[in-house]
Amino acid sequence: MRDGKAYRLAMQLVEQAASIMQAPRLIPISFAHIDACFYTGQSHLDFVRFLLEHSAKLSVPTWTNNSVASPDDGGLRPEYSDPEMVRGAHKLMTLYAELGCKPTWTCAPYQLAGGPRFGDHIAVGESNAVAFYNSVVGARTNKYGDYLDVACAITGLAPFAGLHTDESRRADIHFLCAGIPDEWKRQDIFFHLLGHVIGRKAGRRIPVISSLPKETGRDQLKALCAAGAASGGIELLHVTGVTPEAPALESVFKTGEKIEITAEHLQAAHRELSTVRDGPLDAVALGTPHFSLSEFSELIKLLAGRKVKTAAYISTSRGIREMLKAKGWLKTLQDAGITIPVDVCTYYSPKVQALKGRVMTNAAKWAYYAPGMLGVEVCFGSLKECVESAVRGEVWRDSSLWLQT
Amino acid sequence: MTVLHPGIAQGPVLLLDEPLSFWGAFDPRHGTIIDIHHPQKGAGLKGKILMMLESRGSGSAPGGLAEAIRLGTAPAGIILVQPDINLAIGAAVAETLYGKSCPVLAVAAPDFLELSKAAYLHISHDGTVGPSLDDA
Repeated sequence: MRDGKAYRLAMQLVEQAASIMQAPRLIPISFAHIDACFYTGQSHLDFVRFLLEHSAKLSVPTWTNNSVASPDDGGLRPEYSDPEMVRGAHKLMTLYAELGCKPTWTCAPYQLAGGPRFGDHIAVGESNAVAFYNSVVGARTNKYGDYLDVACAITGLAPFAGLHTDESRRADIHFLCAGIPDEWKRQDIFFHLLGHVIGRKAGRRIPVISSLPKETGRDQLKALCAAGAASGGIELLHVTGVTPEAPALESVFKTGEKIEITAEHLQAAHRELSTVRDGPLDAVALGTPHFSLSEFSELIKLLAGRKVKTAAYISTSRGIREMLKAKGWLKTLQDAGITIPVDVCTYYSPKVQALKGRVMTNAAKWAYYAPGMLGVEVCFGSLKECVESAVRGEVWRDSSLWLQT
Repeated sequence: MTVLHPGIAQGPVLLLDEPLSFWGAFDPRHGTIIDIHHPQKGAGLKGKILMMLESRGSGSAPGGLAEAIRLGTAPAGIILVQPDINLAIGAAVAETLYGKSCPVLAVAAPDFLELSKAAYLHISHDGTVGPSLDDA
């Protein structure tokens, strides 16, 4: 309904954004991942109701980010904990599904099949997904805030500006990791810490990182992107020889600041992400961004058939949970005492009741936000340290890691 | 001067010492700054001409502003230096949904400095800013 009120509002918003960004024209997009489905107040419901009442139609495949609370999250956020937020969140999920969105409810949509490909222009709102799609997939998006994300999905258009253009995708700060031993670069914790450091130092600049192993994988790049987006607002990063736009340093970088990453940088990040010293532990929270199948596989190996003593949550998407079920892993995890919430994350309010006191996580993004949002103490550690600590009921440190202080 | 979202407004000036995010750092139910790190924590924005050099980025900021406009706790108008898409979009959506306007402008830094000395300001539909008409 191109003559309808909903389409007109969507076009007005896209053109308003284009004018502010000084974009010379609008370009077609092929995909959207929206964040306006994350409930923050009545206005979110009113917006999508307005679109539905005026026969809005989505022009491109549109996937949904996490919800605040899900009817399917295993009682994580029961309605009585905050009736307005929880009811609003559930209603918002129904309405966006009605609008025609694919109900993925995940902050890691790039872990599901069928998403955008290299060179595609797309519109994405969730910060870690913006960084991952731009950096690892090589699709092109700016960080589209609430309502504008949906407006792009309805019109199928985005302003041709910022990271949609070739010239805005070049790096202007270089992080060199040549001085870090290769063994460290195989640890999951290294990528969370490196992302935190890079975000802090780069701010809104585009980093290129060199001297990381060629075999650096998607889980590691996910950690890098999420941590950098949380600590500094990174929307695109390049890793030479790893990410698709940076076969070599010269492909993306001419001049700019150069920083040698040292062990001290990583140790400082580790201290910044921990608010409490080692000792007894109340809970472990993993899956920020949503855990992948390969991360679950690694965790099950580390668990080795043991049960956890603390509360333990691993957030993921309903898509990945289906794969866990098919492999028989969901039962393995549940039998071990682990809760697998889907559609949501655990770091924001309304509070998850069992997440209190001292919580351990391997996710820099969780560690960055949870102390402020939940009032918990955070211990930061590797995946192995989180699993061992959950099993023992107190913080266990891996003596083979370099972070011992 | 750039009109990011047009409207007419007037009110007492509130000049922020640091950028504010309209999500997480601001409570739309009460119209107050809740970020413990913000130097003006506790300040009410309702009915003010809010002046800040830039907004702090959050993808959820448009909803925070739209919700405040819906509830009547929002600033009367916003004057920035750095153009901000999120606040413009939040104001535009709220105007469509609720028929209430909150103009958002970006002005040059020297003009911002000059305007911030006023106690009251008036914003016209074309983006002209001056002393409140009540005073004139």
